[in-house]
Amino acid sequence: MARYVVKRLIFMIPVLLGVSFLIFVILFLTPGDPVDVILSGQVTEDVREAWRESRGLNDPFFVQYFNFIGGIVLHGDWGSSFVNGQSVTGDIMLRFPNTFLLACLTTVIACVIGILLGVFTAKHQNTWLDTSFSVVGMVGISMPQFWLGLLLLIWFGLNLKWFPVSGFDGPRYWVLPCVALGVQNAAILLRFTRTSVLECIRQDYVRTARAKGQTESVITWHHIVRNALIPIITTVGTLFGGALGTAMILEQVFSINGLGRLMVEAIAMRNYPVVRASVLILAISYSIIYLVLDLLYAAVDPRIKADFEGQSFFGRGRFFAARAKKTGHFPKGGGAHA
Amino acid sequence: MSENILSVRNLTVKYISRETGVCHAVNDVSLDVKKGETIGLVGETGAGKTTIALSILRLLPMPPARIVSGEIYLQGEDLLKMPEGGMRGIRGGRISMIFQDPMTALNPIDRVGDQISEMIKLHLDLNNAQAAGKAAEMLEMVGIPSTRFNDYPHQFSGGMKQRVIIAIALACRPELLLADEPTTALDVTIQAQVLNMMKGLKNELGTSMVLITHDLGVVAETCDRVAVVYAGEIVEIGTADAVFEKKSHPYTVGLFNSLPDITGERKRLLPIAGLMPDPTALPEGCKFSPRCPACGEACTKGPVGLRLESGTHFVRCLKAGQ
Repeated sequence: MARYVVKRLIFMIPVLLGVSFLIFVILFLTPGDPVDVILSGQVTEDVREAWRESRGLNDPFFVQYFNFIGGIVLHGDWGSSFVNGQSVTGDIMLRFPNTFLLACLTTVIACVIGILLGVFTAKHQNTWLDTSFSVVGMVGISMPQFWLGLLLLIWFGLNLKWFPVSGFDGPRYWVLPCVALGVQNAAILLRFTRTSVLECIRQDYVRTARAKGQTESVITWHHIVRNALIPIITTVGTLFGGALGTAMILEQVFSINGLGRLMVEAIAMRNYPVVRASVLILAISYSIIYLVLDLLYAAVDPRIKADFEGQSFFGRGRFFAARAKKTGHFPKGGGAHA
Repeated sequence: MSENILSVRNLTVKYISRETGVCHAVNDVSLDVKKGETIGLVGETGAGKTTIALSILRLLPMPPARIVSGEIYLQGEDLLKMPEGGMRGIRGGRISMIFQDPMTALNPIDRVGDQISEMIKLHLDLNNAQAAGKAAEMLEMVGIPSTRFNDYPHQFSGGMKQRVIIAIALACRPELLLADEPTTALDVTIQAQVLNMMKGLKNELGTSMVLITHDLGVVAETCDRVAVVYAGEIVEIGTADAVFEKKSHPYTVGLFNSLPDITGERKRLLPIAGLMPDPTALPEGCKFSPRCPACGEACTKGPVGLRLESGTHFVRCLKAGQ
């Protein structure tokens, strides 16, 4: 298993290089000169040229790119903001925790509501309960996050004054944005959970458990839900990644100092170093999320675990196949069926 | 020896769905299983054999299934009137079932040993360690080394999975074993092994067995009595010797004719013409009449009852013995 994790971490390097290159190309090709946006139009051409020169914007593309990568790899330097000259890592470390917290809370809400209701509706398939929750779920999925956010702001923030309308400084501030983002995620998760549970609910091994005289709650949570977990875990991971990436909209609505808002501002200002660093942070987050997902799959399903453990460093099973040839011994669970 | 473990009386089961209408799966079936006896339920796919077995354990998916009428007595207690909690004690504890497809009947994410001890913990008053010990014993009993206790089903072959399922079914020494085509999914060499093992264990534990199969060879090998099921009805029932000796119902005769005959002069198989009737629209009178070579006028008029052929051998046919 450790071998698999190391392998996945190493494979993250080309992925991140690719992402950094793409974002670099996109920003390079984006029309608009940072100088025009950041310096006011009053300065002379000399000043503008000196500003460009000092930030390396006159260098050829590849020189700029390798300076960027080299800075990160060799010095841990992610670049300096065009606007205030400060290192971008400071800005990001200030903003990212807010976005991360928002995504975490949202995902927890979505999991609790979505999975519980998903299992419940699947167990009551084709009853009025199932139908009514399906309708509620459709409404939840169809409602744009920003619009729900605005409605919540107006009702609970402005009219009822139960919760503050902007900022992210404590639990009372967290409620409205997390609900706005969580409702849609919960609705999506409800549908995935319901489908996945329904697929398992008629399986033979569930009937076997019933024939053993097992109680209904153990049948539901142990035999059915644990087998239905793989698609549910995938959805949770995707929703969590999505919450990180799309938080910018709700951060705008609720004036939260998050990574999303930082990115939006940086894009408007053509503040390239901040955009690049933010995108890279998101890319690293996604890579880690998907690694965690794969490890969770292995924890849930012994067949997947056996598959991971049977993998060689650079391909499926070749390592063990070669070893088995030498020693005449097949590792347990190496994918070979008895 | 004559004590009835199980008595099914006039069992009628229907599957009711909006799309296909009412499907008459089991029609007025009565059946007795004596202590220590093996009774074979024979018939083609869709005849209602599995539905009968699932009704006994009340494991039919409801809806769409509905037990319309009948009683099922386990040593005098009517299972159909029992509360769900009481049924849980019966399932696995006093009646257990072996399912048709070993590939899907085990939970893929649980260790095989744990799947056996789950059953033991539910019905016997043992702690985890004792249950695990008993489960390991059961594994050895079905011929799997107990070192494989911690393996998962995907590490087992089909035959070994079926052995595990048999170990689960017999773990709590049930009075009655319902075996639903236990060897159909296995290849022929393994079939014989599994059948012999089941026979041996059954004798050792004194369990009665209802063996569902469409394999007449298996019936001849293992069953004391045999009931031939057609379109949800028992059309012929008697001791295996009597039925094999004197096949009386034209359907039973047809079943035997569609077996290869390696000693006789018959060179080709003789399949039964036609198909099983649509269970949503069963023919009036004898259900077999549309396919029956001996069908007469009276056969299509009214319902045909079981008639005593000889001793304990009953046939549902107006023409039998003529």
